[in-house]
Amino acid sequence: MDQFLQQVINGISLGSIYALIALGYTMVYGIIKLINFAHSDVYMVGAYVGYFSMTTLHLGFFPALLFAMLVSTLLGVVIEKIAYKPLRNATRIAVLITAIGVSLFLEYGTMFFVTASVRSYPAMTGLLAGSFKVGNIVISMQQILIVVTTVILMILLQFIVKKTRIGKAMRAVSLDQDAAELMGINVNTTISFTFALGSALAGAAGVLVGVYYNSINPLMGVLPGLKAFIAAVFGGIGIIPGAMIGGYFIGAVEVFVSGYGNSMYRDAIVFAILIIILIVKPTGLLGKNTREKV
Amino acid sequence: MSILSVKKVTKSFGGLTATSNVSIELEEGELVGLIGPNGAGKTTIFNLLTGVYMPTSGTITLTKNGTEKVLNGLKPYTICKAGLGRTFQNIRLFKDLTVLDNVRIAMHKNVKYGFISSLFHLPSYQREEKKLIEESMKLLGIFKLESKKDEYAKNLPYGEQRHLEIARALATNPNLLLLDEPAAGMNPAETAELTEIIGWIRGKFNLTILLIEHDMSLVMKICERIYVLDHGMIIANGTPNEIKSNKRVIEAYLGEAADNA
Amino acid sequence: MKKIYEVHGMKKLVSLALTFLIIQLLISTNIIDDYLQATLVTICINIILSVSLNLITGFTGQFSLGHAGFMSIGAYVCALTVIRMPTTLGFILGVFLGAATAALVGCLVGLPTLRLQGDYLAIATLGMSEIIRIIFLNLKITNGAAGLNGIPQFVNWLWLFIFTAGTILLITNFLKSSHGRACISIREDEIASESIGINTTKYKVIAFTFGAFCAGIAGALYASYFYFLKPDLFGFLKSIDVLVIVVLGGLGSISGSIIAAILLALISTYLQSFPEVRMIFYSLLLVIIMIFRPQGLMGSKEISFSVFSKLGNFFSSKKGRV
Repeated sequence: MDQFLQQVINGISLGSIYALIALGYTMVYGIIKLINFAHSDVYMVGAYVGYFSMTTLHLGFFPALLFAMLVSTLLGVVIEKIAYKPLRNATRIAVLITAIGVSLFLEYGTMFFVTASVRSYPAMTGLLAGSFKVGNIVISMQQILIVVTTVILMILLQFIVKKTRIGKAMRAVSLDQDAAELMGINVNTTISFTFALGSALAGAAGVLVGVYYNSINPLMGVLPGLKAFIAAVFGGIGIIPGAMIGGYFIGAVEVFVSGYGNSMYRDAIVFAILIIILIVKPTGLLGKNTREKV
Repeated sequence: MSILSVKKVTKSFGGLTATSNVSIELEEGELVGLIGPNGAGKTTIFNLLTGVYMPTSGTITLTKNGTEKVLNGLKPYTICKAGLGRTFQNIRLFKDLTVLDNVRIAMHKNVKYGFISSLFHLPSYQREEKKLIEESMKLLGIFKLESKKDEYAKNLPYGEQRHLEIARALATNPNLLLLDEPAAGMNPAETAELTEIIGWIRGKFNLTILLIEHDMSLVMKICERIYVLDHGMIIANGTPNEIKSNKRVIEAYLGEAADNA
Repeated sequence: MKKIYEVHGMKKLVSLALTFLIIQLLISTNIIDDYLQATLVTICINIILSVSLNLITGFTGQFSLGHAGFMSIGAYVCALTVIRMPTTLGFILGVFLGAATAALVGCLVGLPTLRLQGDYLAIATLGMSEIIRIIFLNLKITNGAAGLNGIPQFVNWLWLFIFTAGTILLITNFLKSSHGRACISIREDEIASESIGINTTKYKVIAFTFGAFCAGIAGALYASYFYFLKPDLFGFLKSIDVLVIVVLGGLGSISGSIIAAILLALISTYLQSFPEVRMIFYSLLLVIIMIFRPQGLMGSKEISFSVFSKLGNFFSSKKGRV
């Protein structure tokens, strides 16, 4: 029982990370129907910025987190302007190929400059280094930090999307870009803002992962990125609550497969979930069915 | 001899009913029109007939050589093989392929060589390919498109693109041909030419034709019978003269168009 | 009485024979030394991979990011066969078993997933390829992460040429047939294609399976030349490698794929010692091509033999005849 609850705690932490990353995928897909392959690398860059903030700039955790989120935001917006905007009217395959190109560029560009070697985040001190026990289960402060940060950010996101004008604009553009433009919405700004939001969340996830798992490397975004994307698809691509649900689901699956089953096939199971979902209900858990008009 | 029997077909998309209890009967060799205001559900009926949509209720039966075949739930390519050919309201040619390719691909289902032959270009391949080109050129000839056989479909003028779509549908060797607004965007001279061609191919290829059109000059001139659809329901069915004087039809639709016809 | 050079396919046959003999000569006289031979093998494997991916993605319009998965199946099955039967016969058997297994997997995977559109299909094929890699990583018989070493080498220029030229010929022939045109029509407009009687699912699966078969051949050739296999060689990056070739050459152009395969194999070999630079170059290439010239080098056009006959006419005494 204790092991089960411990796994639940671990699953919630991991799920929070996946949820944060998945939100970026789902928002961008919702608004311009693009699988932003480069999103996972914005997450990686966030982790590196956090690392350099804490080591070279000697910033504390929270300033480093905010700075990393800022840089990630800028990066996401720049990528959209340079690589995706010119292809707004191109085929979806063309944009997808471009996204793959941007992703590889970020990965190997980073590798070129900071080398492929794994770096370690500096150990946390003070409050963040602690942990406490509830019965036989250990909950570390870092896990609490991850979950609390994630929940705060998700609440903020929901607020922005549901209660602000720009949020309304985001929803409008994702439903019908042309109509939104005709209604006077600045589509370019709205799309940039969407990328900004998603990238900020990814950057935060990167720093949190650096603190929690301690090691970072230029290719750290590849597998988590894929899994977070699978999480977004599972919950319903384009649907924000879906990304949150999906993130926690995939986190739980991973932790329980590792803990109780065969950790070697853990990743394969997540991919298998993807294929099953795509075959059985491609629109995901919370998704609706749409048809092409003939 | 009935060739098509549509019995009380209803199609709903969630809360929206696109067609409601539609019944249509076509006899072999007839040239029948399907008219109605925009949004009445005419193309939906074509999509139901060709298997793009599945009826929510009702049956669609195709009769060929005495055998009846229920089309409900069959895939579009199976329905095509059963003898139904169609054109599309918004032209769906293979734009980046040549005129010749557009037509000969439509003959694929009747091609008599298999994969091995296609991989090694065996004699059966060479024979059949020659035949394909000959048959395609004959069809292109009807529409005076032979000289443009190597032109990309997207480069054809609009009227010729519409002709090419009909040629492609004919290439599938149909018994029943569904034409969806074949005269859309054509000027009166082109429409008159098209009217003649439609009448001619009906005879030459032993076709039954069901035709959606807004251009009343074409419909009234060539259709033997007309079904009128409004808000998803058949509101009238009869000869052109009967339809012209039908109060409900005039109310729903024909009012303005009768002045233009 | 037809002149000998007008017999159907004679031009093709002659150019093929010449290509084979010239390169064989260069190899036998060691002008193409061991180092260049490795490049030649890479070129040919790239050609097979890119032409077969082009069949699936460029001609039939099905975006596959899992080509490396099929290559790995061909590689491992061939390796395991030829290790147990280290003869030329064993090698040939290995190639066909590898290709057939890859094709079988392609068919099984294709049937349920080819209903998906565009990006969904891409991700599904990526997932499938990863599952294959993870399976090979965990099987005892493939020796997991340590890989298989000492695979008997049977690939020489003759076999390489036969399989490469063979693949190109078969795929080109297929695309010029009604079945091939059916596949192309799916790319153009799937709904219209169905409406003219083409079973689009069947033809998508056929293109996918055929492409997988050829990727399997490429994998088998890789195994029996480079004599060492490990699962990481056939990950997502390998699928991207092939995608870059197809995109550069032009989605829908066989000659484009061949030219790009040669170009990128040469660049790859040159940048061997700088793997990051190579990837940065590839990634920029992808982005720049998509933004500025999405049709790649050749678009959907082909280099035809008319080039050679025009040259021939230049040298013949009958001027004014084209």
